[in-house]
Amino acid sequence: MPARTLFEKVWASHEVVAETADTPAILYIDLHLTHEVTSPQAFSVLRERGLPVRRTDRTLATLDHSTPTDRAQLFGEIPIRLESARHQVEALERNAAAFGVELLGLKSERRGIVHIIGPELGVTQPGKTIVCGDSHTSTHGAFGALAFGIGSTEVGHVMATQCLLQRKPKTLAVEVDGRLAPGVGAKDLVLAIIGRLGVSGGTGHVIEYRGPAIEALSMEQRMTVCNMSIEAGARAGMVAPDQTTFDYLQERPRAPQGEAWDAALEAWRALHTEPGARFDRVLELDATEILPMITWGTNPGMVVPVTGVIPASGDAVFHKSLQYMGFEPGQPMAGKPIDVVFVGSCTNARLSDLREVARVLRGRRVDKSVRMLVVPGSQQVKREAEAEGLHQVFIDAGAEWRESGCSMCLGMNGDTVASGRYSVSTSNRNFEGRQGTGARTMLASPLTAAASAVTGRITDPRDLLA
Amino acid sequence: MDSVTTITSRTLVMASTNIDTDQIIPARFLTTTTRDGLGKALFADWRYDAEGQPRPDFLLNTPEAVGRSVLVAGRNFGCGSSREHAPWALVDFGFRAVISTEIADIFRSNALKNGLVPVIVDEQAHAWLLEHPGAEVTVDVERCVLSLPDQREVSFPLENFARYCLLNGVDELGFLLSRLPAIEEYEQRERK
Repeated sequence: MPARTLFEKVWASHEVVAETADTPAILYIDLHLTHEVTSPQAFSVLRERGLPVRRTDRTLATLDHSTPTDRAQLFGEIPIRLESARHQVEALERNAAAFGVELLGLKSERRGIVHIIGPELGVTQPGKTIVCGDSHTSTHGAFGALAFGIGSTEVGHVMATQCLLQRKPKTLAVEVDGRLAPGVGAKDLVLAIIGRLGVSGGTGHVIEYRGPAIEALSMEQRMTVCNMSIEAGARAGMVAPDQTTFDYLQERPRAPQGEAWDAALEAWRALHTEPGARFDRVLELDATEILPMITWGTNPGMVVPVTGVIPASGDAVFHKSLQYMGFEPGQPMAGKPIDVVFVGSCTNARLSDLREVARVLRGRRVDKSVRMLVVPGSQQVKREAEAEGLHQVFIDAGAEWRESGCSMCLGMNGDTVASGRYSVSTSNRNFEGRQGTGARTMLASPLTAAASAVTGRITDPRDLLA
Repeated sequence: MDSVTTITSRTLVMASTNIDTDQIIPARFLTTTTRDGLGKALFADWRYDAEGQPRPDFLLNTPEAVGRSVLVAGRNFGCGSSREHAPWALVDFGFRAVISTEIADIFRSNALKNGLVPVIVDEQAHAWLLEHPGAEVTVDVERCVLSLPDQREVSFPLENFARYCLLNGVDELGFLLSRLPAIEEYEQRERK
């Protein structure tokens, strides 16, 4: 057998039927995560056809996108204000009960953003195929899983058959040499990668992130990198599992235990790209050259170092984008005034992200011109942050400390940025209107977001870390 | 799904590159629990002003937009969120085909499941289409060919299975359900 990539190994072991010229492969799905936004229409299809959820033991639901982040609404002390969101939450509660799907619901201490709770619980594991009606499912690839987002029709396919019809994607190796410098994080790395690939550079491909700089990352950092694979257009992003992965998973509530752990470990150790295996494409970067990054435009590929300047010229889309942002060609990013800072989302709302924010905010105040929202990625992250006193750092600095959810990443729950306002956000998309109609989003790392909150302006975090 | 064989229409042209699914339908419209009636939210932030009034200069609000079923878009259409609400909104508005040089993976997959034909053409044909808004074109699913008014025929890629499903109005779920014995056999073999 020729040398195989990590992706090819995981793909091959999940082929129920291999693809032919006339038919796509039938790919088995080990874990189906689902949430309130993309599942209602799928449950409707099951109802119309009289079908059950075939493997409820491989299906896990939670509420995250349209859920409130204030305690009174979340815990039912007062009704959810946004009526359509309330209906959607109630629909998933009804559907989960009717179809026997486990739901980590509003009051569950395990609830959180779907891509944060999977790893936390230990259901995200190397070598699995994982899907969810959500494009940031690529996050789970950090564990060496093949994880990708699907639409609602496919959500129904997985519910009914535990399988998907898929064409085998191509492979793209992103080789990152060297080490990230102090003050530069996984978010900066992935923004730099997207800047190089462009927002469609990964279309049709599964990325494997490789090399010394990737191996040196923690699991939470690897999740940040894999999370944004879709922002380069890629189906999925993967990192080969190693001791860092195994240490993270051991003793997680739903990870294998005892003898099953030993057996799993043996299988997981084989999940790496063999020497001589061929990728369809390769991109090479040197981590040591990467600086803190920030976006200036209306897609994640429009990105420069925080010390950099907006490009001097471009096409019609470039000018439309700058007009939306209220920026001029050639302007420096550092020093631009801001209105809102959002720390949260499946990209950067894990404990290590909140620690980074606290590192900057400790003993400092959020500038009076800035509203800062800190939204933990899960109720577990919230508890852990509070056990360390991080929440007090945020509150003392003048930031709002919320319950977990997707929140201001996409503003479905009413947490939005007002039209024309500037937001520095640790989330993943700076599309027009993403954080609210007319909102102007700049994507950055937790450190850059915190530093900018303190000064009220786009700020290189290294200036405050000295 | 209804079968799709040929689509003949004058085109609407939105030349912007990287039109993401947040533009096609903003997140605040995703709190629906059905797939119906989303056409009114299509391109909502470009189409309506702050008071919810249609912007007269936006393409979909112009008289030409009425009855057109082929959208020509800039490179990398449909990137971003996996929301199937994007093709649902386009189809509900009346579109049956989207033409670009690149179409994002998840959007493309979602489009095919809703009878919206993703037509990926070369740069040259695309440039011509961008320069000739309103040109009458025909998308022939059987032959995987886009016909331009000057009799030119441009082929586009469509895997056999997707073509078969479009032509016959077959939905993939039925196909998958017919393969349940193979799925069960896999589960036993792999102890899943």
